[in-house]
Amino acid sequence: MAASRDVPFFGFVAVALATLGLDWRLSLIVVVWLAAWGLNIWLASVRGLQSGPGRLAAPAVFGITLLVLWELTVRLYDVPGVILPPPSAIAARIAVSGSILWADFVQTFVKGALSGYVMGCGAAFLTALAVDRFDFLRRGLLPVGSFIAALPIIGTAPILVMWFGFDWHSKAAVVVVMVFFPVLVNTVQGLAAADAMSRDLMRTYAARPGQSLRKLRLPAALPFVFNGLKISTTLALIGAIVAEFFGSPTVGMGFRISTSVGKLALDMVWAEITIAALAGSLFYGSVALVEKRLTFWHPSQRGARN
Amino acid sequence: MTGKVMPVLAVVAAILVIWYASAVWMNAAWTQAQAARAGTTVTVSEIVADAMVQARPRLPAPHQVAVELWQTTVEKRVTSKRSLVYHGWITLSATLLGFAIGTGMGVLLAVGIVHSRTMDISVMPWAIASQTIPILAIAPMIIVVLNSVGVSGLLPKALISAYLSFFPVVVGMVKGLRSPDASQVDLLKTYSASGGQVFWRLRLPASLPYLFTSLKVAVAASLVGAIVGELPTGAVAGLGARLLAGSYYGQTVQIWSALIGAAILAGLLVGLIGLLQRVTLRRMGLLR
Repeated sequence: MAASRDVPFFGFVAVALATLGLDWRLSLIVVVWLAAWGLNIWLASVRGLQSGPGRLAAPAVFGITLLVLWELTVRLYDVPGVILPPPSAIAARIAVSGSILWADFVQTFVKGALSGYVMGCGAAFLTALAVDRFDFLRRGLLPVGSFIAALPIIGTAPILVMWFGFDWHSKAAVVVVMVFFPVLVNTVQGLAAADAMSRDLMRTYAARPGQSLRKLRLPAALPFVFNGLKISTTLALIGAIVAEFFGSPTVGMGFRISTSVGKLALDMVWAEITIAALAGSLFYGSVALVEKRLTFWHPSQRGARN
Repeated sequence: MTGKVMPVLAVVAAILVIWYASAVWMNAAWTQAQAARAGTTVTVSEIVADAMVQARPRLPAPHQVAVELWQTTVEKRVTSKRSLVYHGWITLSATLLGFAIGTGMGVLLAVGIVHSRTMDISVMPWAIASQTIPILAIAPMIIVVLNSVGVSGLLPKALISAYLSFFPVVVGMVKGLRSPDASQVDLLKTYSASGGQVFWRLRLPASLPYLFTSLKVAVAASLVGAIVGELPTGAVAGLGARLLAGSYYGQTVQIWSALIGAAILAGLLVGLIGLLQRVTLRRMGLLR
């Protein structure tokens, strides 16, 4: 059933056969790719693998395939390391320079991104409560806020670096500005999400606005709030790294990336990228986990369980 | 209408007032330092007056930025290296090229994901994972590497834009292509419609509202990508280069005018897509 939809697959087989005559290296790469693709089609059709840890099998195979193809391409075609280092070289670099990577991680992620994230999201949340309280603010600030959220806010990085100096304070400031508007817009939207019927119910209970906010509208807003918080996790990391391009102490992921590019030490750059991607995924994942615990009642979370 | 515009105007006015007040507050230190060096004292009115006209203020006053914007757009020839229109055009062309590539890739990938289960379960998680790579952070490397293999000019920047813009399009498009409910698909099946017909007549039209919403996010993201892509090219041309050059030489007015220029560009692009959205959806009868 599943395989029958993958008609293009047979087209790829034809392409693979056609490349055989041209270049053995290319056909080796294509064959590996096709084998992995076939394995994935098979995994997709196995019924027992659709739930539980088994559903991770297909994406895992896909990821490993990418790494193998990357390694193969670099080795077979002798791509110079200053253009694209193979995954094995990147792994070796990570293993060797753990202390440098750790120092950069603490400087950029913990000091810059995380502190800015907490401050920015907190400020945005409080502002959202104020905006929700006064209708005039909601009608005025929300259009402006959603407009600003679409702007290239990263451009404020040089200004903030000029104001707050080269150390992590300026990076945290950039992160605050970047995460503020997504969280604000989403939270205000969420606070309006409780339907009229439930609000009327609270009114019949003679609930005070504060009670209604705490017991009904804040919980109802949580899915929206978390949407903003999740978007902000990636923004925070990006903001902290890019801000370092405009000036930084001699430590930090952005600093390391820009100087390593200058020295053509691309394995170091890729090592930093790997750390950044891992940190970003873990950050996103932990926020998503908190969301799951707090909004277990929401249809999107219930649907995932059964 | 007035009920909608008034609050927005009030907020914008409040922002301007806060901006002026902060300009005075932040620029006062420099004026006082100058006065102390000269051995004179300054009055409050002198501080305020001076805060408005400094050449390199910590925070330029809004009218200084407006004057700079006017001078660099209207009063300069557009071919001049000092014209913001010239730099804006360079950024815009990279943005549009990247946006086109990213949208094309995104739509194709979404069609694949919706039609092939294998692609759905193997590619979708990686499309999500790909977004955890802070592409903006590795923009310098991409630019340098692509330059070293002979790809330079517009394309490297456009690729960064494309990478940033493809993800919202994939997510929105997958959601949109799956939005027709089972009864509609069944109806087409009773018409014995082919797979292609289901796609062209039902899924694609149904996905358009979702597509336009994603396109707005995507075009804003591509602009950011193009601007950041211009940072490592040695500050040659483009709005990003203006930002970097301004930050090197402490030309705050130039930074702010480039920033406002980028904001106007983003507003225009998002507005244009919003307009397209309304026209298209109205013609399709999805909007009153």
